[in-house]
Amino acid sequence: MSLSSLEIYKLLPKTNCRQCGFPTCLAFAMQLAKKAVSIDKCPFLSEEAKKTLEESSLPPIRLITIGKEDAKLEIGNETVLFRHEEKFYHPTGIGVILEDDLPDSEIIKIIKKIKGLEFERIGQKLKLDLIAIRNRSSSLDGFLKVIDLVVKETSSFSLVFMSQKIDFLKKALELYSGLKPLIYKATKDNYLELTQLAKSYGIVLVVSAENLDELSLLTKELNKMGFFEIVLEPQADSVSSLLWNLTQIRRLALKRRERSLGYPTLVVLEDTDKDLEILFASTYLIKYAGILLINTSEPEDILGILTLRQNIYTDPQKPLQIEPKLYPVGTANQNSPVLVTTNFSLTYYTVLGEVEASKIPSYILSVDTEGMSVLTAWAAEKFTASSIVTAMEKANLKEKVSHRSLIIPGYVALMSGELEERSGWQVIVGPKEASGIPSFLKNL
Amino acid sequence: MIKEYLENWTGLVNTVKIGATPQEGGTRRKTITVGGEKTLAFLFKEGHLPNKPVIAYEIWDIKPIDWPEELTNYYSDVWSDPLDWAEKVANVYKADLLCVRLMGIHPEINRDIDYELNFIKNLLKRVNLPLIIVGCGDDEKDNTVLPLCSQITKNERCLIGEVTQDNYKILTAAVLADGHNIIAQSPIDINIAKQLNILISDMGLSFDRIVINPTVGALGYGLEYTYSIMERLRLAALNQDKVISSPFICFVGQESWRAKEAKARQDEFYSWGKESRRGPLWEMITAVSLVLAGADILVMRHPKAIEKIKEYIELMFKNNF
Ligand code: SF4
Repeated sequence: MSLSSLEIYKLLPKTNCRQCGFPTCLAFAMQLAKKAVSIDKCPFLSEEAKKTLEESSLPPIRLITIGKEDAKLEIGNETVLFRHEEKFYHPTGIGVILEDDLPDSEIIKIIKKIKGLEFERIGQKLKLDLIAIRNRSSSLDGFLKVIDLVVKETSSFSLVFMSQKIDFLKKALELYSGLKPLIYKATKDNYLELTQLAKSYGIVLVVSAENLDELSLLTKELNKMGFFEIVLEPQADSVSSLLWNLTQIRRLALKRRERSLGYPTLVVLEDTDKDLEILFASTYLIKYAGILLINTSEPEDILGILTLRQNIYTDPQKPLQIEPKLYPVGTANQNSPVLVTTNFSLTYYTVLGEVEASKIPSYILSVDTEGMSVLTAWAAEKFTASSIVTAMEKANLKEKVSHRSLIIPGYVALMSGELEERSGWQVIVGPKEASGIPSFLKNL
Repeated sequence: MIKEYLENWTGLVNTVKIGATPQEGGTRRKTITVGGEKTLAFLFKEGHLPNKPVIAYEIWDIKPIDWPEELTNYYSDVWSDPLDWAEKVANVYKADLLCVRLMGIHPEINRDIDYELNFIKNLLKRVNLPLIIVGCGDDEKDNTVLPLCSQITKNERCLIGEVTQDNYKILTAAVLADGHNIIAQSPIDINIAKQLNILISDMGLSFDRIVINPTVGALGYGLEYTYSIMERLRLAALNQDKVISSPFICFVGQESWRAKEAKARQDEFYSWGKESRRGPLWEMITAVSLVLAGADILVMRHPKAIEKIKEYIELMFKNNF
C-alpha cells in the first residue's frame, strides 16, 4: 500500500522552490506517488519524512528467500487478506520434519519417500519444498549425521535446521551455510547470539514468541541489529488462537502497516492425531501460513495438502488454461476418435485422465473457451457450434483423421444439430461426466 | 503494545432453525439452529459465533449406484432398505441431522410416487432427527414429488430443496404453506444467489427460512471457486447485505466422492497412497476448507470423515463457546 500524492505532499516542505525540477511540491508529490522520480531530488526533506517515504515504498510483508538454486523457496510479499481481492502470490512452503534420533535406515527410507512425492495435477507439478531436520537426539553428532544424510540424498529441497542448542546450529552452519537453510529458532532468551550468527551467514531466522507483543518487540530488536531476514512463529495454546494470531499478523501488516510483523509466518504442526494434523495444516494453509512443517510423509496426506495449496494459490482472475489445440493421446492415428472439450485446464486434464485410463488412442480437441468449463462456456456462448468449427479448422482436423465424426460432452447435447449442420460431421453425444468416458469409448 | 486489528462488522448471518419438537407441533427429538455468525469462521475474539457448523449424514431412498468401495464398506449392509440406512446413521453413527436424497424419483429410475411418500412417512416414525429432504435434480419430477413430501412432513420444519433461479415457484409455495425452510441453489455466482433470495422472499418466505447452496467444487475440482464465492457472500452479510445473509449448506460428500483421488484404488495409482485413508481425507479437507469459508451445514458421507470433522469443530470451539 503506497501513499497517495496528497499524503506525500503533506510530508514535503511546501515551499515550491523548484529545486527538484518540478514547479510545485504538489507536482513533485504526484510524480513520487507514481514512483516516477526518486525522493533524493528534493534536498530539503526532513529525515523523518524521508524515512516514512522509504518505508512506504517497501512491501508490507517482506519477501523472504530460503535455500539455494533448484531448492529455492520464496514466501511473503502478500498483498491481500482474501484471495478474491487479488490473489495470493507465494504458495505456502510445505516441509516434512525429520527427527535426528531415528535409525539411519529409517531416515534414508523417509528421505527416499519424500523424494518420490511428486504429483502432476492440471499440468502443474506438485511437490514438497522443505526438509526440516529436528535435533530431538540432543546429540551434536546425531544432528550433523542426519543433515549429512539428507544433503547426500537430495538437493531439491530447502532445509530447516531445528535445534535448541546454539552451538549445534553453529556447527551445522559452519558446514552447510552455503545451502542457505532456515534456522529455527530465535527467542527472547537466545536472539542476540543467533542473530549475529544468521547475519554473518546471510541466512533467514525463525523468530518465535508467545504472543504478538513479544514477537513485535523481538523483531524490533533484530532490526536494531540490522537484521531483517525473518520468519515469524506465533505461538498459541490452541488451534483457534493460532488462527487468530496468523490472521492478526496478516491484518496488522497489511492494514496498519505494522512493520514489526511484516514478515511471512511459520507453523510447526504437532505430531498427534494424523487426520487432525492434516486438518489443522489445511486450516493454517488457507489462513495465511508462509511455511508449514508437518510430521507425515504419507502420500495421501501430501497429495491432499498440496492439492489444497494449488487450489488456494490459483489466480482467481485467471483460471488455469491450456493452449487450445488438437492433442493426440496415446498412439492416435487417422482412425482414432475425436473428443471435443474446452481449454479450461481442470476440464481438459480430467478428460485426458479418463481417455488415458481407457487405453484407447484418441484425439482431444480443446476449443478456446477462454478457460471456461463446459457448462459455463456454453452458457456464455464460448463453447458453441461455431467455436468448435473454428477449432476444427485451425487444427486441420479433416487431414488428421479419415473419419468424419466428433464426440461432444453430454451436457451440450443440445448443440448436436447445429454442429452437424455447420461442420458437416456426424456428432456423437458423449457422457456428461468425464468418468463415463472409458466405458463410452470401449463401446463406441 | 500491539493493538489488535478488529473489524467492526455491523451485519450478521440469518438464523435458520431446522426440525420441530412436539411442543412446536412436530415430532422431532430436537431442533438444530444454524447461522447467526457475527464474524468470519473461528474468529471468536472479534464477534459472536452462536452456532457450530453441523453435519448431516447423506442417505438415499435407493441403493446408490456409484458409491465407491470405501463407502460401501460402511453402508452395504443397510442398502436393501433405506429405513435401515437411516436408523444406522441415527443410532450407530449418532447423526445429528439427516439429509435424504430422493434419487429414486429420477426419470431413469422412476420409483412409484406412493412408494416414495410411504418411505418419508415411515422415516418420520423410525427416526426422530431433524430432516433435510432434497430431490433428484430433475425439475419436473422434483416439482411433482417434493411438494407432496412437504405436505406429509407439514410442521416438522424440514429443510427442503433445491430451488434454482429458473425453477423456484412450486416448491417455495409448498414450503411456505407447510412451515419448512428452503435450499436456494446458485451456480457459484453471487448475483444469481442474490436474485434467487429476492425471488423467494417476494413470494412471502422470509429470509430466516432460506439456506444457500453455493454449489460445491471438491478439493482439486474447483474448490477454490466455491471457497471464494462463499467468502465474498459472507463478507457481504457481515457488511449488512440483508438479502444474502443466509447460512450455507454444502454438499461436501457428493462432490468429494466424485473426485478420482477419493475413489481410485491404490493398485491403479500406486503413488497416491492408501485409498482407505485418502478417500475420507479428500472429503475432510474439502469440508474444513468450506467451514473456513463459512459453511453452516455440511452434507457428508463417510462416517470416519464425519467423526473427524465433528472433532475438529469441537476443538475449534473449545473454550470459545
Ligand atoms: S525541491 Fe522539495 S521543496 Fe522544492 S519544490 Fe521540489 S519538493 Fe518542493
